[in-house]
Amino acid sequence: MTFMLTLRPIDEQLAEYSELFMLIAASIYTIAFIAFTIDMVRSSATIRRVEAELATERDRESAMAGVGAAGSGSGGAGTGGSEGGGPESGGGVEPVELVDDEMAYTGTKRPIANVAVALTVVAALAHAFAVITRGIAANRVPWANMFEFLTSAALIVSLVYLVALIRRDLRFLGVFAVGLVVIMMVGATIGFPTPVGHVQPALQNPWIWIHVSLAAIAIGLFALTFAMNILQLIQQRRERAMTAAGRGEDADGEASSRVSRWQFLRLVPSSVALENWAYRINAIGFVFWTMGPLITGAIWAEETWGRYWGWDTKEVWTFVIWVVYAGYLHARATRGWTGNRSAWLSIIGFACIIFNYAVVNVYFPGLHSYAGLPE
Amino acid sequence: MSEKKDRGKAAKREKAGDYIPADHKDAKADRSDVTLPSLGFVGMLRWAWRQLTSMRTALMLLLLLAVAAVPGSIWPQRVQDAFAVQTWIDDNPTVGPVLDFFQLFDVYSSVWFSAIYLLLFISLIGCILPRTRKHWQHIRSAPPRTPRRLEKLPEYGALELESKAAGDDADAPDTEQVIEDARRVLKKRGYRTDVREAGSDARGRQVPASIGAEKGYSKEVGNLLFHIALVGVLVFVALGSMFSYRGQKIIMEDEAFVNALVAYDNFYPGTYFDEDQLHPFSITLNDFDRVFDRQSEEYFGQALDFTADVTVQEGTDEEPRQEELSVNDPLTLGGARLFLVGNGYAPVVTVEDSNGDVAFSGPVVTRPEDSVYTSMMVIKAPDAQPEQLGFQGMFLPTSHEVEDGLAVSIDPELGNPQLQLDSYYGDLGLDDGTPQNVYVLDTENLEELNSRSAEAGGIVLEPGQTYELPDGMGSISFDEVIDYMAVDIHYNPGQVGVLVFALTALGGLIMTLFIRRRRAWVTVETTEEGRVLVRYGLLSRGEDFSLRDENIALRSDFEKKWPVRAPEEN
Ligand code: HEM
Repeated sequence: MTFMLTLRPIDEQLAEYSELFMLIAASIYTIAFIAFTIDMVRSSATIRRVEAELATERDRESAMAGVGAAGSGSGGAGTGGSEGGGPESGGGVEPVELVDDEMAYTGTKRPIANVAVALTVVAALAHAFAVITRGIAANRVPWANMFEFLTSAALIVSLVYLVALIRRDLRFLGVFAVGLVVIMMVGATIGFPTPVGHVQPALQNPWIWIHVSLAAIAIGLFALTFAMNILQLIQQRRERAMTAAGRGEDADGEASSRVSRWQFLRLVPSSVALENWAYRINAIGFVFWTMGPLITGAIWAEETWGRYWGWDTKEVWTFVIWVVYAGYLHARATRGWTGNRSAWLSIIGFACIIFNYAVVNVYFPGLHSYAGLPE
Repeated sequence: MSEKKDRGKAAKREKAGDYIPADHKDAKADRSDVTLPSLGFVGMLRWAWRQLTSMRTALMLLLLLAVAAVPGSIWPQRVQDAFAVQTWIDDNPTVGPVLDFFQLFDVYSSVWFSAIYLLLFISLIGCILPRTRKHWQHIRSAPPRTPRRLEKLPEYGALELESKAAGDDADAPDTEQVIEDARRVLKKRGYRTDVREAGSDARGRQVPASIGAEKGYSKEVGNLLFHIALVGVLVFVALGSMFSYRGQKIIMEDEAFVNALVAYDNFYPGTYFDEDQLHPFSITLNDFDRVFDRQSEEYFGQALDFTADVTVQEGTDEEPRQEELSVNDPLTLGGARLFLVGNGYAPVVTVEDSNGDVAFSGPVVTRPEDSVYTSMMVIKAPDAQPEQLGFQGMFLPTSHEVEDGLAVSIDPELGNPQLQLDSYYGDLGLDDGTPQNVYVLDTENLEELNSRSAEAGGIVLEPGQTYELPDGMGSISFDEVIDYMAVDIHYNPGQVGVLVFALTALGGLIMTLFIRRRRAWVTVETTEEGRVLVRYGLLSRGEDFSLRDENIALRSDFEKKWPVRAPEEN
């Protein structure tokens, strides 16, 4: 019998380029992360400036339109913000809603955040190059071990974020999204450094393309909603504090100090808008999770191991995560479970995902750990 | 303009507190708020049923299911590896039996896990049935009554059409034509429409002519489809596990396996399995090929490909044919599927006893322990006289001596095959009939003859060599090495059904999550100046983020149809 080895040899030169670009990408992401952080910290200054600008503009308008029209002139921008009506730090300037529910911003120029976005784009390009060349070097999908899965998934997270950024102004999520990417890249490099190589027979299957990439997209989407739901919880505390302060229920000044301490949140949409957006994205993520890990995973498992579902540790966690997000979708339709409680379910869902990849993959034995040879 | 925007916002805020689409809020959630009534037995039952089929219970059961699935990833499970479970219990003699009592090694067939998912599915069915009936009625009934005040709806707009009579440049069609135009526009946007004549309501108030319209009925269809398909998945999973069978077999080179119960090493029948179900086929392993990485430095020797060259025969009268069996590439024989799940080396050995009689002869399955195929082996020769003989040790495909007497395998291929064994004599414990693991030698009742750890050393053999055992107990010879493969044989008649329903569920899910369910109303009346005034309002049922876009689109469609008067300043 003749047997041909169909695997093409590893292109070592290209593999080195891939590793170099992975490092470059990680470094640029880190700088972008720092820029996003600076933008967040400096947001009070930005807000004060914007408010001052808006105030002068308003003064000019009212001066032109005469005294009588002044009230209606401010109506357009002011109605949303007056909902809280609390004592903002603006020193006499009436608080303005800086971002609406569709995430359109009012007059906020944030040069540092823009630099951060630009850096993220550059990093993502280098990152994509690194991932693709790694695939070409090995002549297979570049996500067949922990290092590769983490770096590919990080690329997807970053691309999902950038694509979402085209549609909506999600700069407020930068710290979280890029922060997660940095963590994944560092985790891959330090935790699972793996040189380019061929993969064992069970992984040489076309399903790996679909299965893993759908999973990665789902994770990218869930990562965004995770950040949004956390911000939603924080934002809601601030909104509550604002209402309390506005009603004069703020005897010890705690509420208003909370309001002014979290200036950054004025650049973050309202908790309701965050919740709505998280839901939309979670719904898409859920569909991807259903198609990817759940259905194509089962098809592949049937082809390789002869059973579509065997409660292997990874299968257990795929199921758990699916059920948690199904619970989330239900919760949003269940009275008493909307808002914060369903946000918590979404957060728990992502915590399970992290657990699945960081702990289950590494410490729990199972077929997916690809440890070695047959029993 | 800004006023309209604010109204939209207010509506959204309102919705945020209460996302529940109108129909299942009143149908479900309200019921779960009911406190225990004193309605007798039937009343109690009805109350319990309502509780079970409430959204809140469904949510609780879902979350409970997620939590209940977790232990199965913490402790070994019998469905996967009964041997690992036994080892775990043996290693933890106090905790082990307790966990076992609570079925923590059989989580997915345990009473408590089953109870949760069965309750969930009962709740599911109890939820689907009334909803299906309700939606069926809904589909067949006309869109709802036109509300009196459209401007109260989340999205609202009004258009005044030009009229020559009122001194404008252009002239608009009459109200009847406008109604017809509006109906067409709505129809084209996918609404089902219902035209209502002008008249007066029950209290005698004047009501303008209007259109009621609704679209997105398939959102709820998708939701029902999704939930029904989940039941389908469960049913076929259950059917599959009733009529399936699954077995494992190690097949030596040149050995033929005939699909019969006695031929299996392990066999796991479904609940209603019948031996006649076994598909008649046979398979012979002709040759086994392994490919290892020889190029990379880091991964030198890593397994890349396994291929078995086999001869199969389906039924008894069909022609035998050549096939290749490899990882990821199963064979289908009859309805059964055959998977390559493992492989290894089988040294052929002959054991003679002190009388010179052959006590054992043949290939011995070894279990690879690492990537260089350092393989464990055990030989039992119960027929040896006067004492039974047993051997345990290692097979090394490419043996390399690292220090005196100690050798390791350095490559998975057969470079320098070697046996390294310890020998024992005495009672192997096979005679009393208790089943034994063939890969484990119970040395408790055995005397050590020689050992690699003893000074005199153990048995070291290369192919073709024979070793004389101490004290004239006999001899062992290592003849050659052949390959073996481990196959899993599965038959599951339910899995096509599972796949079909899983894909249906996916389709339903996509429908329910991304189709928008909307209602629209249009009223047409004539103003005092004699112009036609068109008002319209939009309402979404459930989540709808793009209702505003719908408003804009509708407006632009209308503007294309009629000469719309520019909105008056102030
Ligand atoms: C087997 C367990 C179940 C799973 C995995 C599941 C999953 C889901 C998912 C993923 C959705 C979101 C799709 C959508 O919004 O239409 C959903 C919606 C829904 N489910 Fe379930 N479900 C289960 C059981 C139940 C039960 C027992 C009930 C009835 C009490 C129920 C009632 C509903 C309703 C009313 C919706 C629509 C919610 C909405 O409009 O947002 N489900 N379900």
